[in-house]
Amino acid sequence: MKILVPIKRVVDANVKVRVKSDNTDVDLSNLKMAINPFCEIAVEEAVRLKEAGVASEVIVVTVGGKVCQEQLRTALALGADRGIQIDTSEKVQPLTIAKLLHKIVEAEQPSIVLMGKQTIDGDNNQTGQMLAALAGMGQGTFASEVKVDGDKVQVTREVDGGLMTVELKLPAVITTDLRLNEPRYASLPNIMKAKRKPIDVKTPSDLGVEITSGLEYVKVESPASRSAGIMVESVDELIEKLRNEAKVL
Amino acid sequence: MTILVIAEHNNASLKDDTAKVVAAATAIGGDIEILVAGANCSDAATAAAALTGVSKVIVADHACYEHQLAENLGLLVADLGKNYSHVLAAASTTGKNFLPRVAALLDVAQISDVIRVDSADTFGRPFYAGNAIATVKSTDSIKLLTIRTSAFDSVDATGSAAVESSDAVHDAGLSTFVSAELTKSERPELGSAKIIVSGGRGMQNGENFAMLETLADKLGAGVGASRAAVDAGFVPNDMQVGQTGKIVAPDLYIAVGISGAIQHLAGMKDSKVIVAINKDPEAPIFQVADYGLEADLFNAIPELNEKL
Repeated sequence: MKILVPIKRVVDANVKVRVKSDNTDVDLSNLKMAINPFCEIAVEEAVRLKEAGVASEVIVVTVGGKVCQEQLRTALALGADRGIQIDTSEKVQPLTIAKLLHKIVEAEQPSIVLMGKQTIDGDNNQTGQMLAALAGMGQGTFASEVKVDGDKVQVTREVDGGLMTVELKLPAVITTDLRLNEPRYASLPNIMKAKRKPIDVKTPSDLGVEITSGLEYVKVESPASRSAGIMVESVDELIEKLRNEAKVL
Repeated sequence: MTILVIAEHNNASLKDDTAKVVAAATAIGGDIEILVAGANCSDAATAAAALTGVSKVIVADHACYEHQLAENLGLLVADLGKNYSHVLAAASTTGKNFLPRVAALLDVAQISDVIRVDSADTFGRPFYAGNAIATVKSTDSIKLLTIRTSAFDSVDATGSAAVESSDAVHDAGLSTFVSAELTKSERPELGSAKIIVSGGRGMQNGENFAMLETLADKLGAGVGASRAAVDAGFVPNDMQVGQTGKIVAPDLYIAVGISGAIQHLAGMKDSKVIVAINKDPEAPIFQVADYGLEADLFNAIPELNEKL
């Protein structure tokens, strides 16, 4: 069984980004970049399924410029077998990414596509679901537990009111939530080994996908800022302020 | 211009999220219709028909829609939705699950987590954990939006729309419902609570959340948690407030033992009044709090519970 893991290079989760002064976008220059945290969880889950003998091969794929190979190497160091970079310098939106990934799915025929539920830059939470629809597959989104059983998979999903378990026919798309697992750190020997693992480069035109967009980002602004209020000295003062000043109690 | 709103419900009752999505639809302007897809969901449909501004309710009542499986709902909404100018759903775990499938099937973009309606084709949405707000213009013929319900006030229930039934059955045959473990709580849901008390890593363990529950019960509040508290296994994930959990904007948010990581702030910084109780004076939460109390929560919370 093959598992395909789409990943994304994003700004590090601990970095607070700022909006550019011309309001065209956020300023990412010189910021630390990393593999999107949910994608890392997806890589970990795929590698665990391989270690458990369920999967035979883990392929990681990303869409972006050559710099994204850095994150593919990270995933290879965590245990993925080979990488695919879909090379483009354009800004691609979820539907186009889903179309590109769909072509890779058609070529590789994975039994499971395991990917993050959202990236922490775009915060869209769309690509996995879109890919599943394009490929005519079932989906287990926001997964906190994945159990493969023959040609089916049971996915426990984190939903607003608690947990919901669904059973999907394979092939299927699974998107990860935080509690699915805790990703490992890559060991130095594995980082060295990852350098020799193959990365295949394709372009959107190789795949026959045109980069289009139904959306235009008109402007990007900082949110209304919230200034720090006051420090109170005691619980009594806090209660007094909440009752008489803020009037929320 | 006719807008289709997909109802958020549990078959027996309509969730208030629907009234908030209708408010967003009202801001766009045009006729508003609601789809209630479920099984034995006529009570939810009756409640939807009463929402102010709604001209028609379409009910698709079939077992294949009972659990809102995205594969089936996606086919139904794509089939119906092609006749509308906009299709709106709440940015809940249900809306986020099925609407991108609809977008792919209709070959249009989706705009996630809309917090502002500027015009019929231009919307505001946060990204980068709320550190930036984008104004996005859609050039697609059908606009698909998930609505961040905390940014809109519910419409009233003064209407009496016609209820029509649809016999469309779209069973994709790809997925089946196995089980649900839903948290039962007498406290208000985080999405609709006027006051929220949240605990972080500083709570040290799950048992200590009992203190916060006592406080919440005194205030009629909901109980939330930071991702750190969820990751540490203190409480379940459905209590998580943050970028990847629930986004809330209550009148009063009390953050207890929460340092204030970027991704937590993303989930609560639109609250009207924020209180932070933390023993670390350097905690970033104090930079967004209206009232900060530098104190050991294990002293402060029992004292609050006694004095309130």
